[in-house]
Amino acid sequence: MMHESVQEAVEAAEAEGISLGELAIRAEVEGGLRTREEVEAGLRRALDVMRGAVDRGIKGDLRSVSGLVGGDAAKLAAGQGPLAGTPFVDALAAALAVQEVNAAMGVIVAAPTAGGAGVLPGTLLGLAKHHGSTDDDLIRALATAGLVGAVVAVRASLSGAEGGCQAETGAAAGMAAAAGVELLGGTPRQAMHAVSITMQGTLGLVCDPLGGLVEVPCVYRNATGAAMALAGIEMALAEVGFPIPVDEVIDTMGKIGREMDVRYRETAGGGLAATPTGRRLAKERLVQLKPRKD
Amino acid sequence: MVSLLDIIGPVMVGPSSSHTAGACRLGLIARALVGGTPEKAKVELHGSFARTGTGHGTDRAIAGGLLGYQPDDERLRESLTAAPEAGLEITFENTKLRGDHHPNTTRITVTRAGKTATLTGSSLGAGRILVTAIDGFPVDVTGAYTTLVVVAHDEPGIVATVATALAEEKVNLATLRVSRRQKGGDAIHVYELDSPPDPHAVERIRGLKAVKTVRVVERVS
Repeated sequence: MMHESVQEAVEAAEAEGISLGELAIRAEVEGGLRTREEVEAGLRRALDVMRGAVDRGIKGDLRSVSGLVGGDAAKLAAGQGPLAGTPFVDALAAALAVQEVNAAMGVIVAAPTAGGAGVLPGTLLGLAKHHGSTDDDLIRALATAGLVGAVVAVRASLSGAEGGCQAETGAAAGMAAAAGVELLGGTPRQAMHAVSITMQGTLGLVCDPLGGLVEVPCVYRNATGAAMALAGIEMALAEVGFPIPVDEVIDTMGKIGREMDVRYRETAGGGLAATPTGRRLAKERLVQLKPRKD
Repeated sequence: MVSLLDIIGPVMVGPSSSHTAGACRLGLIARALVGGTPEKAKVELHGSFARTGTGHGTDRAIAGGLLGYQPDDERLRESLTAAPEAGLEITFENTKLRGDHHPNTTRITVTRAGKTATLTGSSLGAGRILVTAIDGFPVDVTGAYTTLVVVAHDEPGIVATVATALAEEKVNLATLRVSRRQKGGDAIHVYELDSPPDPHAVERIRGLKAVKTVRVVERVS
């Protein structure tokens, strides 16, 4: 049985002297659906697919179904800005790459959803490249992310249609923050603070895709989601905490989502989708069949 | 219960778990209802499937499912090209289905070897699906189990006879739902099974006098 409170999971991990990732794998095995070998094999496959998506997207030759997005991961990877060559830029480029693959109908891991699929692999693989992490470290970090995502699923939502983008890239960023702390050797408590710091930064984020498609701003928002996760990771590893307990931050995300106007929940009725340019692009690029009465 | 691998997964072709992965699964079920790649398919798209389906690859995902591709199969992207090569003539139209339907709903009519089947199904999010009608009969098929779809004359004891046949073939039932359009006509039985039935069990049920059709739908998630 997965946990329904990040706080309780952290306390359980501390009491047993294990990482959050190990705690998550044990909980999954105790749930009885799968053996430890099956859980680890599933996470290993997810890791392989994530790596494959980053490698595919970073080449820069993919275009989305509408033609609106593609090629930006390669641009960033080749960029010469002040942060070029750092884990930060590598994470952003990898997040863009995965989401460009997703928009081009390539294979990704919905973690937690397809729309937010770039944040977690972007953050983890960007960090791992510089940290020399092993696959086993990464698998355990994915389990940590899964633990946080399961709590968010139960306490709030992982669906843009229900809770806006804070429930997709926001939740993904919270998951990636905990996973990143674990990957870099931080404590379960630091991982918890990283979730709080990251998710407070994505509260209220609306889901406003042009034409309702997982393209604009979704691709970009996966990169900025990874940036938010890296902010949380860096601050938590420096022992920065957050005054509001993590579960209350997650509950708040759920509450804001329930109160969010339907225009901001994946319906393309508000936000960037409803801008003059957003509407024009949707009309020009996203041609659909004409409706017919039954 | 939320599983770790539901959160870190599924592995799928993008861009949307509901518009792509779920749509593919609905295609897979339609395929199973006629026992293989159909020769003809009419796909009617309703609600958000109609509004944003093309951009989300919903059409390609359903076509891919009809061709037997899984949600993580990269061939989904090219399924509309592959369909005619595989002898599948597929047409799409937008529609507005009568009654209450989930925003992501499709009605798929497939024909193969002289047999026709129709399903209405919805994609509920995160790749989960629900088939709500088969051949006009109301059903609840999630695709999470191997499912036996039996159409039989509506007469006393027929459900018990089929269930007994399954039990004697050591197949455990997870759920069972029976529905009919009118009393004394045909009824549809949907048996969700814990394990795939062996061909012998299926043949035995097919041989029952009241039974008209038996279709095995493999689990799709």
